[in-house]
Amino acid sequence: MESTVVAREKPRAAGGAKQHPSGDNRFKMLEATMKRHQYQADALIEVLHTAQELFGYLEEDLLIYVAHSLKVPPSRVFGVATFYHFFSLKPKGLHTCVVCMGTACYVKGAANVVTAIETMAGVRSGETTGDGKLSLLTARCLGACGIAPAVVLDGAVTGRQTPDTVTQLVKGWLE
Amino acid sequence: MELSDLQDIARKERESQKPIRVRCCTAAGCLSSQGQAVKSALDEAVAANGLEDRVQVIGVGCMGLCSEGPLVQVDPAGTLYERVEPRQCASIVAALDGGDADANVGDTTRPFFTRQVAVVLENSGRIDPERIESYIAADGYHALHTVLHDMTPAQVVETIIAAGLRGRGGAGYPTGLKWATVAKTEADRKFVVVNADEGDPGAFMDRSVLESDPHRILEGMAIAAYAVGASQGYVYVRGEYPLAISRLQTAIRQARRMGLLGTQVFESPFNFRVDIRIGAGAFVCGEETALIRSIEGHRGVPRPRPPYPAASGLFGCPTLINNVETYANIAPILRKGAEWFASIGTEKSKGTKVFALAGKITNTGLIEVPMGTPLRTIVEEMGGGVPDGGTVKAVQTGGPSGGCIPQSALDTPVDYESLAQVGSIMGSGGMIVMDEQDNMVEVARFFMEFCMDESCGKCVPCRAGTVQIHRLLTKIRDRRATDEDLATLRTLCEMVKQTSLCGLGQSAPNPVLSTLRYFPEDYRALIGAPSEPSANGAAPRTA
Ligand SMILES: Cc1cc2nc3c(=O)[nH]c(=O)nc-3n(C[C@H](O)[C@H](O)[C@H](O)COP(=O)(O)O)c2cc1C
Ligand code: SF4
Ligand code: FES
Ligand code: FES
Repeated sequence: MESTVVAREKPRAAGGAKQHPSGDNRFKMLEATMKRHQYQADALIEVLHTAQELFGYLEEDLLIYVAHSLKVPPSRVFGVATFYHFFSLKPKGLHTCVVCMGTACYVKGAANVVTAIETMAGVRSGETTGDGKLSLLTARCLGACGIAPAVVLDGAVTGRQTPDTVTQLVKGWLE
Repeated sequence: MELSDLQDIARKERESQKPIRVRCCTAAGCLSSQGQAVKSALDEAVAANGLEDRVQVIGVGCMGLCSEGPLVQVDPAGTLYERVEPRQCASIVAALDGGDADANVGDTTRPFFTRQVAVVLENSGRIDPERIESYIAADGYHALHTVLHDMTPAQVVETIIAAGLRGRGGAGYPTGLKWATVAKTEADRKFVVVNADEGDPGAFMDRSVLESDPHRILEGMAIAAYAVGASQGYVYVRGEYPLAISRLQTAIRQARRMGLLGTQVFESPFNFRVDIRIGAGAFVCGEETALIRSIEGHRGVPRPRPPYPAASGLFGCPTLINNVETYANIAPILRKGAEWFASIGTEKSKGTKVFALAGKITNTGLIEVPMGTPLRTIVEEMGGGVPDGGTVKAVQTGGPSGGCIPQSALDTPVDYESLAQVGSIMGSGGMIVMDEQDNMVEVARFFMEFCMDESCGKCVPCRAGTVQIHRLLTKIRDRRATDEDLATLRTLCEMVKQTSLCGLGQSAPNPVLSTLRYFPEDYRALIGAPSEPSANGAAPRTA
């Protein structure tokens, strides 16, 4: 099961980010974050947060770039990026659906919601559909347990979902 | 900024208050059911009726009864509207001067509200979390002023010790003692850290406090920093809480601008700077030594203690780490006195505790009750029991580190010792109600899967043990297990508990052990020859 971050995501540019630092405005913004932290190694996680917000996911080149800038070994950057669930080294789909699988949501039937989407979209939890349209993810409690089961649809937290209501909504994305 | 300035701000804020206030919840729970649209609709309706000089609509934090959100409450009448829809707002505004609105009116005399004692949540749902003036008008930052001008650091520590406050992050270590240890340690640099990682699934107390009353945490931190001799603080918040992060950022900016953070706070020699660090989704980072590693920009892997963070923490410096709710208790203690605080609660567990009630329960949301309140009062009276006439089978407290308390033990008072006696823990305050539909083997397996996934992998008992326990539980669930497997399960649980390096591994077996203790029939029904299950009347169940 993969946990994920939900609301800090911004739309990402099409395709990967292969451009050279000088040609891509996003690198400037990343640079600004690193500068704000005076290129200190202990800001690594903050910098990776920003990088993922800007680029959508943490591509290998990006991690190496960060390693060079903060003067830390790439092994440490990779180690950190893979340790935390929040960071994704693979691109996500056009749309994301995150089903909370925390205890409160679980006892209110979140597992059935996941199964329903898996069946309907032909995708397994933690993965993205072949056409890149939908990523189905699970989270460990969004802190919205009062309205369990909670599902995050493209960044918007929604509550009291059922297999039917969610598949209805997700279906629209796949057409 | 001096005391008179603070008082001026408070006075102006109170004077600018309009005769009728419409409070609208803008915390996460309600926002995810159209809360923002409700607030906008209320604003529009007030404007459309030309009521701006008599009526004000205020976005406030969580009002507690999240399951009935979005909530709107009107002052001074006190009328509470539940599950408000934007289209009902015009009628709510029309009814401000009397008459009925076309919206559900909630009963504020039910035990859910009347049995609460608000200390930590005293401002929650009342003040606007995005305006520092609103907090100051509720006596905010007054305690900090008193501390800086009228008390020595040692006196502050004494007060916290006398209050008997214990850590709200789970283990219940006496807060005053921890402060005293950090204060005693000689060092040029010290830190205070807020643990706002709140990794327990099913818990949302810390989130709610940060979203509803962020300045309370900053004030608590500043007082702590003065008491222990620190000049820098970090709030480590989980990334899953974007609204809490943004409100905290706003609060820091406002406090800095007013000179309540930064250099020479309240014109005193005390300097204090606060930064936010955003977690990246690893449960183990709630463990204090792992959290420190994470703030330093590393993988959040725990290390053996001692040395405790109080002696050697962040960047090797003495570090005070407390939970959000622990800090939230600080300003009220200094404002109202240690004696007042110590008069609430039980002999060994002072004060109140905030619980997040969720699961199969009628009223889901946040409640704050004095320590020692019986579980039954919380679950049946305040929570309204299981919806649709179902019966409570178990109450799970303490998340993956805790246990399931059976219906027969519902008279247990909630305090640190009593909960430990029934094989669970207070934990951070998540309380999940389960009913007859829930199979306890399935529940134990659910928590073990969590611990298995979240194990950092540093030590073998936890890394391999959780996998094996999970495998055994799966085997039981699938009716492939024997009595021998059950015996192995017990041995393995004891082993993992005793030999793991950090609290994650040490407590991972708790849900299994507590369900084995109280719900053996759920296990037995799945084990042994198919002819046996009905022998003790327990029907085999699978979730
Ligand atoms: C695996 C694990 C996870 C933890 N998660 C949290 C957490 O999310 N929040 C928290 O305040 N304490 C958490 N703790 C407890 C902290 O290590 C620490 O004891 C606490 O923050 C101290 O604050 P307190 O004395 O105010 O309770 C966790 C401990 C363990 C072992
Ligand atoms: S007990 Fe588990 S989480 Fe803790 S250090 Fe060992 S492997 Fe890591
Ligand atoms: S368990 Fe799903 S939001 Fe908390
Ligand atoms: S979030 Fe609105 S009442 Fe709790």
